[in-house]
Amino acid sequence: MSAHPGVAALEPPITEVTPGDEPPATRRRRRKRTTDPRAKITWRKALRRDWQVYSLLVLPLVFLAVFRYLPMAGNVIAFRRFRPGGSIFGEEWVGLRYFEMFINDAKFWQVFQNTVILGGLSLLIIFPLPIILALLLNELRSAKFKRVVQTISYLPHFMSIVIVAGIVFQLFSMQGTVNQIVEAIGGDPVSFMQRPDWFRTIYITSEAWQTVGWGTILYLAALTQIDNTLYEAARIDGANRWKQTWHVTLPGIRPTMITLLILNIGSFMAVGFEKVLLLYNPLTYPTADVISTYLYRIGIVSSNFSYATAIGLFESIIGLTLILSANAISRRLVGTSLW
Amino acid sequence: MVTTQASELADKITEPYPIRKNALLKDSRGYRIFRVVNITVLYLIMFVTLYPFINIVAQSFSSEGFINSGQVNLFPRGFNVETYKTVMADSMFWVNYRNTVLYTVVGTVIALVMTTMFAYALSKKHLKGRNAFILIAVFTMFFNGGLIPNYVLINALGFKNTLWAIVVPNAISIFNLLVMKAFFENMPEELEEAAAIDGLSTYGTLFRIVLPLSKAVIATMTLFYAVSFWNSWFAAFLYMDKRELYPVTVYLRNLIKGAETATSVGGAGAEVSAVAANIQSVTMVLTVLPIIMLYPFIQKYFVSGVMLGAVKG
Repeated sequence: MSAHPGVAALEPPITEVTPGDEPPATRRRRRKRTTDPRAKITWRKALRRDWQVYSLLVLPLVFLAVFRYLPMAGNVIAFRRFRPGGSIFGEEWVGLRYFEMFINDAKFWQVFQNTVILGGLSLLIIFPLPIILALLLNELRSAKFKRVVQTISYLPHFMSIVIVAGIVFQLFSMQGTVNQIVEAIGGDPVSFMQRPDWFRTIYITSEAWQTVGWGTILYLAALTQIDNTLYEAARIDGANRWKQTWHVTLPGIRPTMITLLILNIGSFMAVGFEKVLLLYNPLTYPTADVISTYLYRIGIVSSNFSYATAIGLFESIIGLTLILSANAISRRLVGTSLW
Repeated sequence: MVTTQASELADKITEPYPIRKNALLKDSRGYRIFRVVNITVLYLIMFVTLYPFINIVAQSFSSEGFINSGQVNLFPRGFNVETYKTVMADSMFWVNYRNTVLYTVVGTVIALVMTTMFAYALSKKHLKGRNAFILIAVFTMFFNGGLIPNYVLINALGFKNTLWAIVVPNAISIFNLLVMKAFFENMPEELEEAAAIDGLSTYGTLFRIVLPLSKAVIATMTLFYAVSFWNSWFAAFLYMDKRELYPVTVYLRNLIKGAETATSVGGAGAEVSAVAANIQSVTMVLTVLPIIMLYPFIQKYFVSGVMLGAVKG
């Protein structure tokens, strides 16, 4: 440890990267905080002592304000008429007009249903797969083989969604591998990408291919944390491997499972927008079109900004509600929660 | 010790099953059968994972006739490199490829600076208002403005058709921020106290003590950001109107979608799509090539990064 400052001293002295506008920035914040009289003195003290640390926060906070919180505020255009090129907060209040519009829109309810089905299937099928794979990997005795399986199964995670979509189109094309197999077992080739009844299967399969390997990492990490003496005790009690897995391993990784489940439930409504956008086409809309792609077409393609924002806001609120309730339920039932 | 912690974590999960070390009992017959099945299943999983890549590479070297009649799977048929020549002769491909490199480099540099500043400040436990700042950051993970308000904002800022539309809105990933913050928090406090006693300012401590000891986490962050910028396509698709501004992912997307439209039309279109299948494969191979080549070296950093974020974040 003592060598580290010495090593650091060899590095060329670097003076500053942040622009030298700290004093005005700190002054601005101080003024804002003085609204609370109790905190007045302490904030002043804190700023005097740590102004350099606060100066590091300026750019990131401006970033969050502009690129994260301003768009949140921009959701008011769901309640206002919006003119392209006008104010980003719209022109005049129209109340719940746009919400009434989509609630009476049969098309909206169809994409809502598609979203729920696709999200539900993802959760049901894809969520357990990494757990199973991690348990299988955990039974391997050759560290080398385990490392090879891990390395290979993580690979798809690093592929762009465009690459995944390209792969899907090729494998499921009329001349693709899947149709080669279909023909080999005596079937007629199927135009998979044009058939609404195949879209969900294809979507889930490609999602599993890309995410399952990478999903094992956290479970494998949790598995190494399990106390060895628990297994010894279980063996002395006469538990076989299966019983050890059921009574020791699974309870050991339960907190990880629950945390990931909560996060998955939170992203339930936001089913792979980019992937659906790449994979679907008008022929497969009946099953493929989800809320996010629908609002993309309404908003960006047809320029109905307010209407699309209303739909987006509805979707975000459902997402937030889902994650908050999943978190609350899990805290009450099993004592694990995100915060 | 601090610097190696991340890689130690990565090694830990590849350790052999711990029971093995002191297992004196013989396996039951059922368990022996299970192990054979298990290894078979894992071989199968590896094959299924790799097959699409092999298929794409095989197609990229095959002639269109064989692809057309559905005869290409594991190995190229009618081996040729003509398709590579065709794709590489397209100047737009190289323009777009260069854009991808540019967006990745600029985006990663900006993101690294922003994330490091933010994470370092938030790692100071005594900082007044720290919890509020963390809350402000983490809340954006669970609720965001949505597609349209973001689109309207980027247009209003005049970012359309500029690289800022791709780079700036993605400058801080909260997940990466939490990973980095956790790393900084784990540094021994005495180090920084000693630096303060020696008269170093916050900036001095950050640049001369903390960052030189943080090479592991900086490498991880660089990789996280670089891969995500390399792979991104939607921002460019949304905000770029000119072909010469597209990254290579959008170039590829247009190839794929173009081929798809051709097949939907049917008839003569089928031939158009077969030619494109060749070209698509080559473009895909060239797009993922940098990632595949770096993959063996970067994979370890990714794993340790994810775990650091999960354990401490």
